[in-house]
Amino acid sequence: MKILGKLTILLCGVLLMVFTMEFPDWGDPESPASTHLSPYFIQHTMDDTAVPNIVTSVLADYRGYDTMFETTVILTAGLACFLLLRIERKKVTHRYYRHEPTGVTLRMAGDKFPKNSEVFQRMDANWVPYDFIISRTCRLIIPFIQIFALYVVAHGHHSPGGGFQGGVLMGASVILFAISHNLRAAIKSFSEKTAALFSVTGVFIYAGTGALCLIFGEVFLNYSALAPLFGSDRIMARSHGILMVEIGVAVAVTAVMIWIYYNLSSAGKQDEGL
Amino acid sequence: MESIFALVLAKANYVVYIILMMVGLYAMIVKNNLIKKIIGMSIFQTAIILFYVSIGYKRGATIPILEHHASPETAVHGAEKIVAHAMDTVNVANYINPLPHVLMLTAIVVGVATLGVALALAIKVYNTYGTVEEDEINQQLRSG
Amino acid sequence: MTHHLPALIIVIPLLAALVTAGSGWINQKAPFRIAVAALFLAFICAVLMLIQVVTTGIAMEYRMAGWAGPMGIVYIIDHLSALVLVVITAVSTLNLVAQKKNIVSEFKDKEGAFNALYVLFTAGLIGMTATGDAFNLYVLLEIVSLSGYALIGLGNTRAPLATLNYLFLGTIGATFYLLGVGYLYIATGTLNMADLATIIPQNMESGVILFAFIICLTGLFVKMAMFPVHGWLPDAYSQATSVSAGLIAPLTTKVTVYIMIRICMTVFTPEYTFGHLDISGFIVLLAIVTIVFGSLSALAQKNVKRMLTYIIIAEVGYMVGGFFLGNRLGISGAILHIINDAAMTLALFLAAGIFIWKTGGESRSDLKGLFAKMPFTMAGFVLAALSVVGVPPTCGFFSKWYLISGGIQAGNYLFVAALIFSSLVNAVLFFRLFEIAYFEPFSEGQSHGGSSHGNHYSSGVFAIQEAPLDMLIPFLIAAMTLIVLGLYSGTIVTNIIQFAIPTGVI
Repeated sequence: MKILGKLTILLCGVLLMVFTMEFPDWGDPESPASTHLSPYFIQHTMDDTAVPNIVTSVLADYRGYDTMFETTVILTAGLACFLLLRIERKKVTHRYYRHEPTGVTLRMAGDKFPKNSEVFQRMDANWVPYDFIISRTCRLIIPFIQIFALYVVAHGHHSPGGGFQGGVLMGASVILFAISHNLRAAIKSFSEKTAALFSVTGVFIYAGTGALCLIFGEVFLNYSALAPLFGSDRIMARSHGILMVEIGVAVAVTAVMIWIYYNLSSAGKQDEGL
Repeated sequence: MESIFALVLAKANYVVYIILMMVGLYAMIVKNNLIKKIIGMSIFQTAIILFYVSIGYKRGATIPILEHHASPETAVHGAEKIVAHAMDTVNVANYINPLPHVLMLTAIVVGVATLGVALALAIKVYNTYGTVEEDEINQQLRSG
Repeated sequence: MTHHLPALIIVIPLLAALVTAGSGWINQKAPFRIAVAALFLAFICAVLMLIQVVTTGIAMEYRMAGWAGPMGIVYIIDHLSALVLVVITAVSTLNLVAQKKNIVSEFKDKEGAFNALYVLFTAGLIGMTATGDAFNLYVLLEIVSLSGYALIGLGNTRAPLATLNYLFLGTIGATFYLLGVGYLYIATGTLNMADLATIIPQNMESGVILFAFIICLTGLFVKMAMFPVHGWLPDAYSQATSVSAGLIAPLTTKVTVYIMIRICMTVFTPEYTFGHLDISGFIVLLAIVTIVFGSLSALAQKNVKRMLTYIIIAEVGYMVGGFFLGNRLGISGAILHIINDAAMTLALFLAAGIFIWKTGGESRSDLKGLFAKMPFTMAGFVLAALSVVGVPPTCGFFSKWYLISGGIQAGNYLFVAALIFSSLVNAVLFFRLFEIAYFEPFSEGQSHGGSSHGNHYSSGVFAIQEAPLDMLIPFLIAAMTLIVLGLYSGTIVTNIIQFAIPTGVI
């Protein structure tokens, strides 16, 4: 059976390479791919959308419908991981807390927390001593990562960037917090319900902008319909519309990255992660 | 013989990415461990992404962001300033093809989503059978 | 307003799916109602679009974001798309309404996520059918695949492994399709289907386009479970819960057949597919092997749901073989069979869902005595079974008639023989089930059922215990549709399907 698989792969590879010989050369500026459709994008992006970054204008305006479904794909992945993995947390009768300065361990019944929870750390079967240097260093770095993420989202029009890139950076900052400290600490500051609701909100901003254009009388996702809303002319309205949907994409991608991490790293139980 | 060599060299990028695709496909079909299969799937999809992006390359061209220099007067972006910049002619051969990049942004996201769902299913399989090796799972299925 | 219908049919399910996912965290009853309302509105939009396309005779074109193709993405609703859209929305709505009890029992506390994935699956299918852009089709195919994996993965203990195998093969199929689109882009420079259809006839000799065709078709064959890459389908569909199986089984393979028809007829024009290329004979042979293999494997199964999945494989063989016969009768038969097969499979899986709910078991012997206990359900099941066999006046007979006529006209008697053989095997399969259900007495030990579902204490062997009304009525609607579709087959073919096929095909 495996021999058949290996033969199939060999045949496939040989066929692919044989037909590759008919392609245009690498880097040829006269190939059909570079002369048929894309010169329109390169020449007309400033006239149509006032956005110099051609990739952003094609992504969010000319082919903005594709991007809406791409954001829906990532939301589907978040929903799928939640549906497949999430199980209820078991209620425990006692919890163990360790006082960090002295090393004394307390056992508390039920849901009571020690009052000064900054110096108490929860212990259970999955507890590993957390490194002081790593946790404090990450705490210093994370705000800068988040600022950079916001910069990448906001500058999608003029430099490489946009919603997806900035959203992943922002999500990575929260995941870094979860890895360096504690999954429970991360869930307390950015809970799963927040992640789920934000992810839905992000896609809703995108689809809602399109529906708003529909309500204003134009075609779905035609941002120039929003010109009276922004108070500018039709071309700048496209630029502002692109920014709006990029913000929606960033919010959705951030929340879904965090949601998938919570579900995958704790195998659905969400009590302790990697 | 020399002409074939010259032909392969002119399209070297496509050949390399096809070899990478076949490596990924090999891992998906032949390997026993489920995690290795998932990694093979990821390699396969990444090779396709690289294949597409290499289509858009033009020799001597730069990234597809129109050159515009900020000066103190144009710090406030009004529509009239930007349209004035557009009056400079844009030479198409100076910028690489943006369309494959756009398509592959979508494909990367789709690949990540598939990877997430595949890992979630692998976790469930591990919780059920206690192993991620396919032959051990088949043994358990045959006897259980 | 009707001008915006192609956008509304996507936007309403998409926004409703988002609201459903969000409301699942607040209230447990709201997601189901929002989902049913959204799918029903989408069904109304689809019917309105079908009426408009049939009465005016021209296709509706909708430019997303205001850009004309090939610059932007264009949605084109012609006769074929409108017909398939009606089928998708109708099947989806009926299945959701019929299986409400199963959803509540199997997906407790996750109803928001489940209903959202259900509506996203349907929205992805709707988009796949209506789109006029080759890359947009890939993105929507992946939405359908991902939500399908999630819906199937939460089944019995064997479901995750079956779903993982389905995921690997499905990803290979979709990625091959993407590679094919990439080859087309290298050769032509555009992604719009109408634009491709104007450029390809000028480049018929190109090897790149030939290989793009082959690899696109291979990817689609993997996704529709043709022999020899059918291995994922029986495991994945039989391990799924009844509500997921009722949604995915009637729709996924049929819409993939629709995509194949769309690519072969609209993108690669019929002159290229049937005239220039010479592989139609090989593909019809592959379809014949699929039909024979599917029918014979179905005979060997003891599990009712697995038997139904092998019947699905055989039906895919009918459609692919009928299309690649290349004449008008064959293609009409294939398109008619898409509609009929979706309705038949929905009725069969709804019936299987009711049986499993009632008896708790899935094997053939669990059907004992059900004719006396559940007469209405068995009546609907008999109708669906007769339709699969191909008995007039049910719809299955008419689509088989067109396929057989197409085979005779093309001179492919092997295909005709395979169709008749498959009908006979289906007759054996279903009459075996009827015998068990009619003649064997209902055994008392089976009434413990699956979970706590209402009255299971039969006071006597002759007491009738039907399925609850909200499961029974949608199932009977689906069964009645089989007869209605059969009686109106001629109207459907002459008014709709005739215009879906380009005039060059004889």
